[in-house]
Amino acid sequence: MSTATLEAKHTSTGGAHGEPTGLWSWITTVDHKRIAVMYFVTATIFFFIGGIEAMIIRMQLWNPESSLITPEVYNQLFTMHGTTMIFLVAMPMAVAFFNYLVPLQIGARDVAFPRLNALSFWIFLFGGIYINAGWFMGAAPHASWVGYATLTSTQYSPGPNTDFWFIGLSIVGIASIAGGVNFITTILNMRAPGMKMMRMPLFTWMTLVTSFLLITAVPVIAVALIFLGMDRTFGTVFFNPVMGGDPVLWQHLFWIFGHPEVYILILPSFGIISDIIPTFSRKPLFGYPIVVYAGALIGFIGWGVWSHHMFTTGLGPIADSFFVAATMIIAVPTGIKIFNWLATMWGGSIRFTTAMLFCIGLLAVFTVGGLSGIMHAAAPITLQQHDSYFVVAHFHYVIVGGVMMGLWAGMYYWFPKVTGRFMDETLGKWHFWTTMIGFNLTFFPMHFSGLYGMPRRIYTYSADLNVDLFNQLSTIGAFIFGVSSLIMIWNLAKSLKSGEPAGHNPWDASSLEWAIPSPPHHYNFPELPTVQSREPLWNDGERESILAVTMGEATTEPHMPNPSYWPILLAAAITLAWALVMTGVWWIILLGLVPVFVCTLMWGLEPAFPEEH
Amino acid sequence: MAESLAMAHDPHATNSGISNFKLGFWAFLASECLFFGTLISTYMVYKGTALVGPYPEEIFNILTTTVSTTILLFSSLAMVLALHFVQQARKGMAIFWLGMVILMGAGFLFMEAQSYLKYIGYGLTLTSSTFGSSYFVVTGTHKLHVLVGMLWMGILAWRIHRGKIPPAKSEQVEIAGLYWHFVDIIWIVIFTLVYLIP
Repeated sequence: MSTATLEAKHTSTGGAHGEPTGLWSWITTVDHKRIAVMYFVTATIFFFIGGIEAMIIRMQLWNPESSLITPEVYNQLFTMHGTTMIFLVAMPMAVAFFNYLVPLQIGARDVAFPRLNALSFWIFLFGGIYINAGWFMGAAPHASWVGYATLTSTQYSPGPNTDFWFIGLSIVGIASIAGGVNFITTILNMRAPGMKMMRMPLFTWMTLVTSFLLITAVPVIAVALIFLGMDRTFGTVFFNPVMGGDPVLWQHLFWIFGHPEVYILILPSFGIISDIIPTFSRKPLFGYPIVVYAGALIGFIGWGVWSHHMFTTGLGPIADSFFVAATMIIAVPTGIKIFNWLATMWGGSIRFTTAMLFCIGLLAVFTVGGLSGIMHAAAPITLQQHDSYFVVAHFHYVIVGGVMMGLWAGMYYWFPKVTGRFMDETLGKWHFWTTMIGFNLTFFPMHFSGLYGMPRRIYTYSADLNVDLFNQLSTIGAFIFGVSSLIMIWNLAKSLKSGEPAGHNPWDASSLEWAIPSPPHHYNFPELPTVQSREPLWNDGERESILAVTMGEATTEPHMPNPSYWPILLAAAITLAWALVMTGVWWIILLGLVPVFVCTLMWGLEPAFPEEH
Repeated sequence: MAESLAMAHDPHATNSGISNFKLGFWAFLASECLFFGTLISTYMVYKGTALVGPYPEEIFNILTTTVSTTILLFSSLAMVLALHFVQQARKGMAIFWLGMVILMGAGFLFMEAQSYLKYIGYGLTLTSSTFGSSYFVVTGTHKLHVLVGMLWMGILAWRIHRGKIPPAKSEQVEIAGLYWHFVDIIWIVIFTLVYLIP
């Protein structure tokens, strides 16, 4: 809300292009910046929900044979922790950055499809609430975030638990595909004059690669979820072994989506730090084209590694060998990027701001996770480590240590652009160090508990396993990590209210988003600037000519899209229609499609832009 | 041709020269390729795994399916003609050919529904076997796409009738055409892999 007041204060031009305020203006907004803020706030709330789930899990695992919570509740907690953190935190938080930054970085006034963008947000919000609604019935999803068949069948999951999961996830999936379509079109079509592809900031590049992964990977899980839904609702036999169905097919479909998904998660963070490290090293990114190609290569190879999640299913030596090789190869472009970032810092005059600390932290911690990843890229080693806490340690190192650290780096870096104020650096450093200590204390011991043989997804462990100490360290670490998140929230609230005012380019950065006021006008650019190089704001002459265009006020009414309430209505209609699938009655399900059709029709007939004549 | 017409009236030139709507729609169709790819792959993976009959070779009637396929393929010709007449600003002809698209789509759906009923009569249902599940879900999803396309054509015809789609806005029809042709191509793949390959 206070972002709104800040923006309103800033847009003091009054008259025609003042920005509307109030709740209704947020509900009907199609402004990519406001949608970004809503994504960020929602994802942060889900982050705390998922975090609380994790801490209850850690309390249960404090000592062996603990009976703090029942096995059934434990199943729900780890399922919802994983589902929430992947689909409702990491992905949408990255999308918050896509939304805010891509139009600003390429010099556009909005995304290609502003209403579709709003629809994505509302669908994500409603789908996220839907997945969590199971809690209120004491029947949250409980078959783990990978939902392996046949744990999700009506025989082994007779309650509504899994229904909340497959329906909620398929709703959220629509948002991802729509978002991917939107950002591909925006980036390929709406760059300012002179903004060639190879001049785009790395974050925009990685958004493009991620968007391609989204539109290609998400339909695969969509189909898998449709199969699951048909199995549960109408009794089809896709994953029913009694009738010749193959449970391993679910694993293939899930991971054909699931492994590109890993890169959907990490590439935005790679993009973020590729923008931040040069700024705080005062050097252009080392080997820009190589970093771009490496990112695209990761996107391609990411499609050929899914079965390394499935070595224990017995695919045979030929398939295993192929996926071992592909998995090891994908470490190469990732390693290239790491060395490019190191080389960017090398010889630079480094400023250790909080954002930069998170980037450096990412490099260190992500590399640990990458190395353990290469270990179980080898099929024989996976046979030993599969489904143990070693794997839990690995993917938390890459997803918290890689994805989340990158997103937090971005939060500190772009907060001044969004609000016009700095985040508090002292609190920021507290946040960073408590994160580093808490994170490593939580997950490093898991390498050991895993190698000692502690299986994941089991509600307790035996005292004979000798993993008490490791588990207690993990639990202490988790609570330190919890405290670090509270510090972050405190910092966000405090800085929003009384942070130091920041100018338009407080970090002396090179890309286009820093050429406009902080916070930006709702129309972003009064006139579109002309770009002549990769670091437009670092080149004398070019900087002045751009700022002369971008820092002024729009003299004529900018041609901005109309606000619309159809996105939220259509999102509600889609959620309702999907929810009705739970009834399992044909005519009710068909009836549920009527509001979807009506909203789509009204949407199509409503002009997206004011008519110009 | 169509691009240059649309672009001439578009004040916002794009980097690629393709309008946002069309480029975004191509991206959506790329997504649809993976969607149908996964569906059809599942059918192929489950080929021959049915534990109980009826089995495909017992019930498929290539002749009937060939006729319905032909009808669907010719609807693409009607689609091309409809777009042509929208661009020529000949409302009556455009509406007529959109009507033909809908009619042929309906003919295809009618024939396929007859086949469905016949198969169900033989005992093949959603729940009877992996063949039944995958056959009905794969082809059913395609039929839903045809149905959506018919609704879309209907709305376009109504808007042409109201004079809302002058030649300058013919891209709206062109993109609906992209969708329709795409759905046709998917059917060619399904026809080949599901019906023709023994």
